Amino acid sequence: MTTRAPALPHPPLRETLSHWERAGVREGVGFYVFVAAFVVFCLAPFVWTLLTSLKGPTTIFEVPVRYLPTPPDLTNYQDIFGLERFRWALLNSAIVASSATAISLVIGSLCAYAVARLYFPFKNLLLALVLAIAMFPGIAIIGPLFREFNAWGLTNNYLALILPNVTFTLPICIWVLTAFFSDLPAELEESARVDGCTRIQAFYKITVPLAAPGVFTAAILLFIQAWNEFLFARTFMSQPNRLTATVAIAQFEGADISAQYPWGQITAASIVITLPLVVLVLLFQRRIISGLTAGAVKG
Amino acid sequence: MTFVGPLDVRRRRWGAQQFAEARLGLLLAAPALLTILLIALVPLAQTIGDSLFQINLKFENAPRPFVGLDNYGKVLGDDSWFNALGVSGLVAGASVAAELVLGMLIALLINRSFRGRGIVRASVLVPWALTTVVSAKMWAWIYDGRYGVFNDLLMRLGLIDQPIIFLVRPELTIWAMIAAEIWKTTPFMALLLLAGLQLIPTELYEATALDGASRWQTFWRVTLPLLKPTILVALLFRTIDAVRMFDLPRVLTNGGPGKSTETVVLYTYNTFFTSLNFGYGSTLAVMIFLIVVLVSFIYIKVLGAPTQGAGR
Repeated sequence: MTTRAPALPHPPLRETLSHWERAGVREGVGFYVFVAAFVVFCLAPFVWTLLTSLKGPTTIFEVPVRYLPTPPDLTNYQDIFGLERFRWALLNSAIVASSATAISLVIGSLCAYAVARLYFPFKNLLLALVLAIAMFPGIAIIGPLFREFNAWGLTNNYLALILPNVTFTLPICIWVLTAFFSDLPAELEESARVDGCTRIQAFYKITVPLAAPGVFTAAILLFIQAWNEFLFARTFMSQPNRLTATVAIAQFEGADISAQYPWGQITAASIVITLPLVVLVLLFQRRIISGLTAGAVKG
Repeated sequence: MTFVGPLDVRRRRWGAQQFAEARLGLLLAAPALLTILLIALVPLAQTIGDSLFQINLKFENAPRPFVGLDNYGKVLGDDSWFNALGVSGLVAGASVAAELVLGMLIALLINRSFRGRGIVRASVLVPWALTTVVSAKMWAWIYDGRYGVFNDLLMRLGLIDQPIIFLVRPELTIWAMIAAEIWKTTPFMALLLLAGLQLIPTELYEATALDGASRWQTFWRVTLPLLKPTILVALLFRTIDAVRMFDLPRVLTNGGPGKSTETVVLYTYNTFFTSLNFGYGSTLAVMIFLIVVLVSFIYIKVLGAPTQGAGR
């Protein structure tokens, strides 16, 4: 694969031009083989997990491996939804991730608006701080947060996870929204203000609705980040019914502890936990990509 | 740069309106600033403070003497720390290098319009969006020594006769972990590089084609220099992510076998919450923070990586 590009004979000029014009390019079989291999590379582990989750207890542990679950067996899914801990874990993750997303959006949109539109002192310091948070190692604050949360009785409280999640989702939120606000013409707000709106009214009535696609994109990115968080969730929650989905799956022991390691249930739980994310990705791939790359390439 | 606004471009005269604007700007930024201050900066200062004490939470009423820089001296003689540093260094170096090469190859090849582009884009996002903990479990199952599909494939292809128990042999385990990391992050790298590629004007390629440059020359002389800012940003964030790595080693191997996959963050975490040694744990946490600062300093100041939104 690595030799493909340089090994190509130098194409004649006309072909080169039409290649870069990109319109109606017919790609060769080799190209599609590569693309197919890449798609398989990306999806195979996930598909394998899905196939495993649909196998019964004996089919999973067959040697040599049986690839297709015939017939599909939903026992694993019934088992994990029968576990109270797992149902709690899903609920906890949903509560933490959506609260953190909502709070981060409110705080972040105000900040992003100020960055995009207003002239104020210490703006560069603020932006440097936001960048620093994006690179900040969570381990550097986990000790004091653990002790403080203990002292304030916040362990096993959703707030103990929501607060750090808000903090660490802020950079992406601010970057995505600043990019969107900057792209909106300022004249719209100015004319609203001429018509008698205050600055804040203009922000909420004109800018936010127009930036809805940006807010939505940011919301998806923040939700995914908060949903996947593990370090803080593992540290600040200890009661079985307060664990988030990531912690629950990391510590999964299955319905029957004496049985073999419950790969069927683990894979089923993995599918359930990641399904919301995969659905989001499939539905909103364009937005996600534009949001992810906006900050990085505009810099 | 677009984010910075006219801060240092126009010199403003400060009238009442400018004061009102500055006040509003600070007011709107205040909640974000306050959150960052309270949840990140103040605890960071506390960690630095704790690193100067001997604090063990095993015994509730144990004295917590001030020990100055003793903990930092201890780091210098701590074999486990240097082991973890080696593991993190290897994982970061190997995975980021592989991601860059693979990601670049993929980005160059899919930087064109073709049928099924949407499918490629969606499948690229699956490893990225997937929970790391879940991905670690998935790979543990794939690598399984008896029932794992990876062994099964290798045996069917006739590459091995006996299943390999990947996660108990230190020399293999770390590479199994690196492979899982590469799988999860290469697609994202490809995506960033693709976005950078699409910013390069096609006229440049047409011009170099007219000048008779080969594809190889075009890549080295046109594509790579223009892509440099994107590459540096991608490398900066990926390197720092690799330094911060916790979820994958914690769930896939828990640092084992032995300490062969114990990354710096995992070692520090265990010092905090297994040994309950909060003084020394804080010292290690400060060291990790300093490593992150050093890495970003090298990328931003030495190599000149543009920073997202921060201007320059």
